This record gives sequence, structure tokens and C-alpha cells, in this order.
Amino acid sequence: MPATASTREVTIEINGLRRTGTVEARRLLVHFLREDLGLTGTHVGCDTSQCGACTVEIDGVAVKSCTVLAVMADGASITTIEGLTDGSGELSRVQKAFHDHHALQCGFCTPGMVMSVRNLLRENPNPSEREIRHGLAGNICRCTGYHNIVRAVESLASEGSVA
Amino acid sequence: MTISQGTRHVGQPLKRREDLKLLAGRGRYVDDLKLPGMLYMAILRSPHAHAKIDSIDLSLARAAPGVRLALSGSALEDRIGPIVPNWIIPGSKVPVRRVVATDRVRFVGESVALVVAESLAEAYDAIGLIEVEYDVLPAVTEEQDAVRGDAPQLHENVPGNITTFYKVKGGDYEKANREADQVVKLRVVNNRLIPTCMETRAIVAAPEPDGTLTVYIGSQVPHMHRRWIAETVRIPEHQLRVVAPDIGGGFGAKMHLYPEDLLCPYLARELNAPVKWWETRSESHQSTSHGRAHTEDLEIAFNNDGRILGLKVSTLGNVGAYLSNMATGGPTVNTVNFGTGTYKIENYEALSRVVVTNTVPVDAYRGYGRPEGAYIAERAIDAVARHLNLDQVEVRRRNFIQASDFPYRPYGSTGVMYDSGDYQALLDKALEAFDYEGRRGECEALRGNGIYRGIGVAAYTHMCGMAPSRRLAPGGFDRGGWESARVSIDSSGRATIYSGSMSQGQGHATSLAQIAADVLQIPLEDIEIVQGDTRQVQAGHGTFNSRSMAVGGSSVHVSSHRVITKAKTIAAGMLEVDEKDVSYSAGAFTVPGTDIAPLTFSKVARMAYVGHKLPDGVAPGLDETVFYDPTGMGAPSGVHMAYVEVDPETGIVDILDYVAVDDVGTLINPRLAAGQIHGGVVQGIAQALFEEVSYDSESGQLLTGSLLDYAVPRAEHVPNIRSSFQQTPSPTNPIGVKGIGESGSIAAPPCMVHAVLDALSPFGIKHLDMPLTPPRIWAAIRSVREGDAR
Amino acid sequence: MIPAAFDYVRASSLTQAIELLRDNPDGAKLVAGGHTLLPALKLRLAAPELLIDIRSVAEIKGIEIGETHVKIGALTTHSELSASEPLNNVFPIFRETARLLADPQVRNRGTIGGSLANADPAADWPAVVLALGAQLEIVGATGRRTVPAEDFFLDIFTTTLAPDEILASIQIPKPKTGTRYAYRKIRHPASGFAVVGVAIAVRMLDGVVDEASIGITGATNHAFVGKEAAEFLTGKALTRDNIDEAARMLSENTECLSDRYAPAEYRANLVRVELGRALLELSQ
Repeated sequence: MPATASTREVTIEINGLRRTGTVEARRLLVHFLREDLGLTGTHVGCDTSQCGACTVEIDGVAVKSCTVLAVMADGASITTIEGLTDGSGELSRVQKAFHDHHALQCGFCTPGMVMSVRNLLRENPNPSEREIRHGLAGNICRCTGYHNIVRAVESLASEGSVA
Repeated sequence: MTISQGTRHVGQPLKRREDLKLLAGRGRYVDDLKLPGMLYMAILRSPHAHAKIDSIDLSLARAAPGVRLALSGSALEDRIGPIVPNWIIPGSKVPVRRVVATDRVRFVGESVALVVAESLAEAYDAIGLIEVEYDVLPAVTEEQDAVRGDAPQLHENVPGNITTFYKVKGGDYEKANREADQVVKLRVVNNRLIPTCMETRAIVAAPEPDGTLTVYIGSQVPHMHRRWIAETVRIPEHQLRVVAPDIGGGFGAKMHLYPEDLLCPYLARELNAPVKWWETRSESHQSTSHGRAHTEDLEIAFNNDGRILGLKVSTLGNVGAYLSNMATGGPTVNTVNFGTGTYKIENYEALSRVVVTNTVPVDAYRGYGRPEGAYIAERAIDAVARHLNLDQVEVRRRNFIQASDFPYRPYGSTGVMYDSGDYQALLDKALEAFDYEGRRGECEALRGNGIYRGIGVAAYTHMCGMAPSRRLAPGGFDRGGWESARVSIDSSGRATIYSGSMSQGQGHATSLAQIAADVLQIPLEDIEIVQGDTRQVQAGHGTFNSRSMAVGGSSVHVSSHRVITKAKTIAAGMLEVDEKDVSYSAGAFTVPGTDIAPLTFSKVARMAYVGHKLPDGVAPGLDETVFYDPTGMGAPSGVHMAYVEVDPETGIVDILDYVAVDDVGTLINPRLAAGQIHGGVVQGIAQALFEEVSYDSESGQLLTGSLLDYAVPRAEHVPNIRSSFQQTPSPTNPIGVKGIGESGSIAAPPCMVHAVLDALSPFGIKHLDMPLTPPRIWAAIRSVREGDAR
Repeated sequence: MIPAAFDYVRASSLTQAIELLRDNPDGAKLVAGGHTLLPALKLRLAAPELLIDIRSVAEIKGIEIGETHVKIGALTTHSELSASEPLNNVFPIFRETARLLADPQVRNRGTIGGSLANADPAADWPAVVLALGAQLEIVGATGRRTVPAEDFFLDIFTTTLAPDEILASIQIPKPKTGTRYAYRKIRHPASGFAVVGVAIAVRMLDGVVDEASIGITGATNHAFVGKEAAEFLTGKALTRDNIDEAARMLSENTECLSDRYAPAEYRANLVRVELGRALLELSQ
């Protein structure tokens, strides 16, 4: 798309790579990621910023990418779920814990949930069960009843680094 | 159980094989698909609950940038057949449902016109340019209002807004009523819910170069969708390929035929381009089927010892503006047939009426009718205990169907049979895990300090995997009860299994492989499960009614056995021994009692495909397809208990503990089974405490239009679920499985309601309708307190 | 899910942002965190022609702990308010409130200025700035003015901000030694907004209340100061009876909102219960 009055060129570092694109001002970041860059691991589960399926990290903190314009993310550094597995496809420790504890069923909320768990552990590396449940207030899971997600996070508590 | 080779995988809490792609963000859901030249459909929906459409002006929309097509219902009337339900209880009056409304709209959200554009943004922009003039009509949203004489009528061929009358009768209720010590009446409301799969519905229809059409759809029932789309859009079924990729939850909502499922295929062929539709969350609240929405009047006849002699039920099932796919079956067969629950109530009488209203169509949602049925039985037994001031556990014991009674036909029913179970044992396990006695004392002690704690108990049973096929016709269910599996062994001895079941997160790639691995005796890594593609999978009914393991799993089991049977014949030929002397164990064919070297499965597979040395009359190949039609249905059961504390000042309920003991027959994978219980229980807690669809009863406007006001629970709203199992194998299938997916959402609502009512018992509150929100609980306490003050 | 088309400018200064507002009197909207505006745009409940992104405006960022006042830039996010040790050393109520506000992702992006300027009747910060006696610094084409928080909120989603004005900072007088704070809130289970939220600041001297201040949100069209209850408490000990009386007074004097979830009587009850509990916390 050529840049016009209502479009902008944006440059965003995504998963360590510098990506540029021309977007309409109204383009949501989540659509830029999914549609323009093909990073479909970030999902859209609602339209009122409740569900958290679209959670990514912008400049190191978890954000709902459905509530950010791509133009607003110009110049930012973003990590999506695809950025957590290195070239070998090896899962990160949060992802491994989800696998070990059966903390996902349909998998739709999972990428956003994983991003939120990382955020939670960065802020509080050793959360109690209550703190885990409170810390995941921005994500809805309809399959697991949260039980095993909480178990997965508990297994990570006090382990230290988030990566 | 016929697993003769020894169980290795079934029963193991294996981790899921499908997790890795989903965790890495490499799942593939319908909305992830982007095809070259793809166009986007958007729907204009009715803002009115009931109105005549006077005029529709599409000219501005048609002239808008990027728009390829804008249509109203009249252009489609002759092109796409009306949407026909798939389960029609005999005698039902079926209103005509056009794919897009033509002259009249009957609920907020009904499709009125559509736009196809080159981008989704342009499609949304153009939708805003369509001008519609409506003549607003009076609306009715509640089932009790809809059956009144003066209610607005929705359909000419549905007098009184009732599509279906359904009766069940066993024993002699009137006699029981006369002979009982006491009779109490109770009205219970089963609140309307939104299934809320985290992935909303989406569909892409893509014309292929060879003239066929591929439809990508998040479907629990891909082969059913192929049939329905073919019949309604008039595409030869064999030229239609339905692909269901990864699905972000279904819970029943993704097993119906919706207008968009028909529009995309039709438009893709018209425009000769792929057409995508994706549902926004707010749109989903007014276009995807809702669940529950019943009112039941109960009359319970019982003796002073707590024994229930008879139960009479009158159900009004609100099915919304039109009959969705299975709508007539839910409030009828699925609800009132199960109204006696786990109790021996021999005199039973029920009348169910299926009612249309100006609301979103209501259809299956996790449990479909069985939660409503269990709620009847459980609220009845609880009412008796409360009325007599007897212990809720003891009253259940006195009324339970006993282990020696199985197989048991409640109230002499011909349609319902509980195959097996042991409710007393379930109850004992639950009481022990819960520490009932200790907590009972704790509740009593704390009440003195103004702390209101309560214990809830609920028992349930139901039936899973509607079958056998020949028994489904009289009920008007227009499909079979079988499931199909093809076990295809390649020349290396590895298996690809094509299953007609359809995982939406249940983990079939793991659980079905476990079933096959035990029969085939090959490693799990050597088994691939293929689902969700009608071009690859021969046939199927999909996943609903907790049928995937009982019926789908059994079909995998049986076809795997057929593979081994044939392999054994080939092996016998290769070993030059009699087939009877060959046995198969640990992945090799041996001849016990001889020194003949074992022959591996992979060598036999290679022989099957080169065909060099096959016994006479044996065809090459090692590939078996089975259409497995069960002889009956398994009846899972369970006892759940909850411990809550209610803050009388705010009405807030704190769930302190939740114990679930379930008997779902043989466990294929305990880890995944517990996951099903956790998720189902939380959906049940959601119904009991949080979720409720609200309509403005005057205007018919949907008041819970988004996740800002429809309260799906978050992690902090729900407790840990302590799940355990009892395994009474079902005699109705070869692997002894009963079905698990719906258990939690059936048991949890009455369990939670009973816990809260128990906590509120010092106030004398005997009944409250779900959801038990803080304002509702507080208002109930306040009215008691004000009453006391007067 | 996709907003109607608009133009977008990233303003680099307050002056530029104000000029843009003035030049587009009907069609411009400010955006910072975007967590109020973008959901409205996505549902097409609003369709501005121009979005002015003020996140790069350095002069309204940051938290300053001054001699007499604490100054919070309007662009400060909820997470920054929660994380700031210097701020919470003075006013621990910021961390206490932020913890109960929305969810972590929203807190990472949403700003206190956006929350105050939007004046959602159920937002949390309005109650807090009221209880803290904050002054709101407003910058417009004609200059700067300062408005006491109490005069800022006019009605549902309505403040004293003129269309070409921007909320620049929140200035809070530093408390006297010994002032204690509490924020209590009953969250709506779906939205996370306050069904009722109560912020209080109380200073005790010689066993009686020396100063008290109460901000209430969620109960009415806009957040308000519970003046009468605060005055009642002044000079009295925080006994159970005095607390109950103050709570009853506030509850009875409040004309509460009614909605599908919570009728007015329930909200009035929560005002009483939550104020009572907040005071009880501080009395111990």
C-alpha cells in the first residue's frame, strides 16, 4: 500500500527483526501483526479489551494489541508468541510449564495467556496462588477453568528468570 | 473390556501431543487463513427485536470503495434454501428461517443485508452506508410472556408461539401426589447463557480451480456441515470439501448451521473468489446461539422420611426467534427425560413446551438439556431436604438409584437407560475428600460469629453419545449415532488414523492415539490422528454430546483391532503357521511354544503392501475403516460438593473449596479428563454465579451485548477444582468409556446454588434463581431482614 | 472491530496538541493510552476525523515529589503509578488503587490523565484525587488553569475541560505526618470497573480524627466528595458507632445510579459498607 494522507509508514522491531510497513492510521496493531506480517499466533477474542487473547509485549510490558494502533507502536520493540521460541523451535520455560501442566485446551487464549504470565512473573517472581489469579485478570480462558494454568505458574514461581 | 494385549497407554496421564504448535503460536484457526484475492463479508444486523422491513437502500454501499457486492435478503431468497433444523421433535411446527431476513426481522442481530468488499475495513465502512426503514412491532423476550394470550406472535404457523409439545409419563404421579405426606411447588429458572468460545465463529469459502469448493469453518461437525451446506446452497455434496482446522472452543455453539455458513459458500461461487467472514465478539453475542433459557415449574410429592414419591414438571424452553439446529430437542428429550436425575422417582410426569421469542436462537451449550434436567432433580431433592429440615446428604442417600439397580430405566422410561454406576460410592468418596462432617461443624460454629458458610451437594447422571442410529429416527434426529474411523497402516508399520470426531481442544490427537496404540502396540509417535477434513476423513458425525471417546474412541478401537486381525492373517502366512497359533504382543507376532522368531508389525505391514506373500484370498493393504454404531449409551455420573462463604453485607460469594468425584467409565487419559472437569465446572460456576443474558423486556434490546457486561469468570473468580474419579466401565462400548465433556457444567450449577442456599439458611432463604450475583443475594437477605423488622 | 477512518498526528508538544485541537473543533480526539478511546472507535461509537497522539509530549510525563506538592504528569500509566516508590512512600493509596484497577495489560498502557479526563462514573482515580484534595492542572489555548478535583467532574463522562484544553498534571498537596489512606472497591465482574469505590484519607491526632477526606466513585453520575461524612468524623474517635454513623450518613445522602447489574439500593448499601470497612481498616 503506498503512503497516502491517511496512511503512515511504521517501523517496528518485532521479535528482534526490524519490520516496516505502510498502514492506515486506523490499523490496529493486532491486525498489522496478523494480516500484514502473518504473525497469526496473536489472536483476537473480543472487541472491548477484555479477553487478553491479543496480548503482546511492547517495550517489555504486556499490552493488549487490539487496543493499540499500529502507528502508535511506530518505533517500539515488540515480542509476540512467535518470538518466544528460538530458531530451534524450543519452547520457553513458561510454554514448557503450560505443556507439563496441561494448562491449555483449545489453545486460542494460550499465546496471550503466556504473555501475561511472563508479565506477572517479571513483576512478581514468586507469586502466591491468589496473586497468580489476580495477575491473570486480563485474560479469559474458557476451556481450562484456569486450574491448570495456575498450577503451571506455581511451578514457575521462585524459579527466577522469565525467559 | 476387550483390550486383550494389555493396557499400556490407556489410563496414562500423558501430556498432549497437540500442545507444541498451539504454544508456539503455530496453531491454525480459520481467521489465520489468508488466501490470494480473498474478499471479506460483513453483515448488517437488525437493531430491532421485531419489525417489518419497509425498505432497504443499498445504493451508497454499492458505490463505496472496495465494495464488490451488496445484497439484501430478497436477492437470496431463491438462491439459498431456508435454514432447516436437524432435530425436529415429531409434531413440531417449524417456522421458516431465511438466510437473510426478507420482510420481517425477529431478533436484534438477525441478518438484514450483507456487503462483500476487498478489505474487512471497507466491508464495515459500507455496512454503515446501508439505509433500512423499519416498522417496529411489539416484541416478547421471556418465555412466560410469550405463551400469554396477548403476546406478540412471531410466526403465522406457530400459534401461541409454541412450536413443540412434548410429554413424558411414568408411573402415576396423581396417585403419588394423593398419597404423599407433603407436596411442595417450586419454580426454577435456568438462566440464558452465551457459550463464549474464545475463538468466535469464522468461515472462509474458496472456489478451487477444478470447480469444487473448499469451506474452512470452525466446526464441531465437519461432515454435518458439508451435508447441510450442500443441501441448502445446492452444491453437490461430493464437490464440497469442509475443512475444520484448529478450533478455539466449541461447547456446542459450533455445531449448528448459521446463515454465514451458507452465505460465504454461495458468495464465493458467485464472485469466483475466496470469501471470508469473521465474527466480532459483540456480533457473536447477537448471532451465535445462546444456551439454556428455561423456566420449570416443579411439583414434588414426598414423605416425611424424605423419600420422593412423585415429581411433576412443566418446562418452558425459550428457543429464540427461530428453531436453530437442534432446538426442539433441548428442552424436551434432553431435559425432561432426565428430570429425575440420580433418584428413584417412579411416578413422574413432565410437559415441555418449546417457545419462540424475539431473541437470539437458543441451542446446544455444554450439556444441552442435561444441565437443565439435573437442575430439576437436584433442586427438587434439595427442596425436600430443606422443607423437612433433613440433612441434604441423607435425603440423597434415601432416594438414590442403587448400584444393584443397573441397568436402570427411570420411571419405567423406554428412552432413558442408565447403564451402570454406583452413586452411594461416589457420594462417600466426595464426602471424605470434602470432610463433610468437619465442615458441617465448622459452618454451625461460625454462624454464631456472623460468618455464613454453606455446603452444596449435587449428584448427576445423564447419557452420552446418542445411539444407536436406528433409535434416533423416532425422535426426529436427522442423523446417525455412529462414528467412523479409518486406521491406515503405511508400509513402514506406522498408522494414520482418520477419525470422524472433531477436537476443539479436548486433545483427541493424544487420547485417540492412546486407544489405538494399545491395540496396535506401536509407539504413540508412530500414530497420526487426522480430523476435520471431509476430503481426508471418510465420514463422521463430529464432537458433541460427550461422544468422542465413547463412540469415536470405540470406532478407533474396533478398526485398530481389525487391522491386527488382518495383520495376524498375513503374519501367519509369512510364518507358515496356522493363524490360530499366532499371537500378537509387544508389537510382534509370535507363535507361543515354538522357537519361531518373532515377526515385527512393521515387517508384516511391508508385506501387506508389497503383497509378495499373502495368504490366498487376502487382499493387499493394511487399512481398515469402521462405522461403529454403539448398542447403547453410557451414563456418566458424579457427586460434586462446594464450600462457600457469603458476605451478608455485600452478597459476595467466596468459593472456598470445590470437590468433584466423577464416574465417566474407563479413563483414557486422566490428565485430560481432569481438564475436562475443571473447565466444565467453571462454566457451571459461571452459570450459577456470574453469567446471564439480559434483554430489555419492552424493546427486546440485548443488554449484555459485549464482554464488558456479560461476566465470563476470570481466574480470580473461581477456585481450584479438586477432581477425582471412580471408574465403572460402561458395558455399552468396547472400551468402557462413558463421556466426560459435559459433566462439570451439569453438576456445578445446582452444587453452587445449594452451597449458597445452605449459607443463607439462617435467613430462611429457600430458593434463589441463578445467577446468584451479589446484588441478588444481598436483596434476598435484605428482604428477610426487613420482614423481620416489621 | 475496525474504527472508521481517521487521520493521525503524533504531537511533540502541548502547544502543538492544543493548536490541533483548536483547528479541529469538532473532529479531533486526544489519544494517550488509548484504552478508553480505541474500544469506542472499534465499536464505531465515536468517529473522530483526527487523532492527536500526545504520548510523546514530554512536559506532561513523570512523577515529581516536590517540597509542598506531588506532581503527576497526565501521561503517567497506572503501572508507573503503582511501581513508583517515591510516590507510594508519600501516597501508598496509588499502589493500592492501581492493583484494583482493570487488569495488568490495561494498567501497562492506560494513563491517569486519560482516566480522569474521560470521567467514567465508575473509574477509580476520580475517587482517589478527590480524597487527596488534588488540583488538576489544565492547559489550553489561552493559558493554564488549576481546578480543584472537586470541581472537575461535572456529569457522566463530562468534566470542566473545554474542547481545546488538555489535562496536564495532577498536583497533590503533601500530607501532614500520620495521614493514612485506604481504597476499597467492589469490582464489576465483567468490566472490572467499580460498582462502588471508596477512597479515604484520615489523619488521627490524640485519638480523634484531625482531618478526613472521602472520595466516592461508581455510585452516582460522577465521582464526588463525601463532605458531610468527613465533617462528621472530624474531632471524633473512630469508634464502631462513629464509623457506622458516618457510613450511614454518606449512604443516605447519595442518590445512587441503578443499572441492570446493581440497583440503586445495592449501590447505596455498598457505599455504606465499603466506607465503614475502609474506616475500620484505618481505625486499627
